[in-house]
Amino acid sequence: MSEVVSALHGRRTEGSVAVRDTGPRGMIQVRGDLGAEALQSVCREVAGSGFPGQGGAEVSDQGAVLWMSPDEVLVLTARDRAAEGVTRIGAALAGTHHLAVDVSDARAVIALEGAGLREVLARLTPANMHPEAFRPGQMRRTRLAQVAAGIWLTSETSAELICFRSVADYVFDLLANAAASPAVGHLPVA
Amino acid sequence: MLTLQCPYCGVQCDETELSPGGEAHLTRFGPGSDDTEFEQYLFLRENPRGVHFERWRHAYGCGKWFHAARCTMTLEVFGTYPAQVTEPPADLIEKIREKRPGWRWRDLA
Ligand SMILES: [Zn+2]
Repeated sequence: MSEVVSALHGRRTEGSVAVRDTGPRGMIQVRGDLGAEALQSVCREVAGSGFPGQGGAEVSDQGAVLWMSPDEVLVLTARDRAAEGVTRIGAALAGTHHLAVDVSDARAVIALEGAGLREVLARLTPANMHPEAFRPGQMRRTRLAQVAAGIWLTSETSAELICFRSVADYVFDLLANAAASPAVGHLPVA
Repeated sequence: MLTLQCPYCGVQCDETELSPGGEAHLTRFGPGSDDTEFEQYLFLRENPRGVHFERWRHAYGCGKWFHAARCTMTLEVFGTYPAQVTEPPADLIEKIREKRPGWRWRDLA
C-alpha cells in the first residue's frame, strides 16, 4: 500500500485571508439518476450530509455532497473511507445505470478562510461572488484564471474549492497571490 | 461581455466559462445525401446581423451543450434552452417576434 500524499503537501499561507491545503480527502464521483431515492440515500449515508438540489452543496463535519451537473454529484468523505464508499454506492445502485469512481487522487481541495475571501476569489473567477449571488449551500463550478474549479462556501468567512491535482500548485499560487494583495473593498466584507 | 444562463445548472455563465459550438439546429446530411445538401450542411452558415441561434457548451461547469438565442448586434439574450430539440421553443419564438418584428432566421420568422 503506497503512502497517501495530497498534491500540496499541506501548504498554507497566513494573512487576512488564509489559503490552506486541506490534505488527503475522499472524493467519489457519482453519476446516475439524481432523482432516484436509492442514489440520494446512499450518498447521504456515505457523506454524512444532506443531498443537494440543483447547484447545491450539502456539507457536514464528516463530508459533503456537491452538485456537479444534472446527472453527477461529488461525494466527499474521509480519505480512508473512499474505497468503502464506492463499494456501498455500487451495492446500493446495482442493476441501475450509474457510475461511481474513487477520484480522491485526481483532485485537490483547498480552503480559504477570512472575511475578504469573496474578493480574493473574484480576482480569479468570472463568477459573481457577491453575497446576494453566491451563498453558503451553493456549489459554483467555474474557472480560476486558466483552469476549472468548483467553489462552495462553508460559512460567510470560509470556503473550499476543488481543482484537478495536476494544477493544484498553480491554483494555490494564484490564491496565495490574490490573498496577499490589499483589499479593494468593492465586495461587501462579511 | 456575453452572459448566458445554463439551462441545466441555472447559473449565469460568463462567456469565458463556455465553449462556442456554432450555429444551432443544423440538419445533418451524411452518406446518401446529394452534393448540394452535403455542401450546405458542411459549409453554409447563417451570418445574421440580429437574431441568431447558437450552440454553446458549459465547458467550465456541467459540461453539457445547450442552445442560445441572441442578437449579434446588441448582445441581447432572448433566452437559452436545452439541446434536446430540433427547433427553438414556441414561447421563445413568440418573445423574439415581439422584440424584433420582421426578424428572419433560416425558415423561422
Ligand atoms: Zn451547466
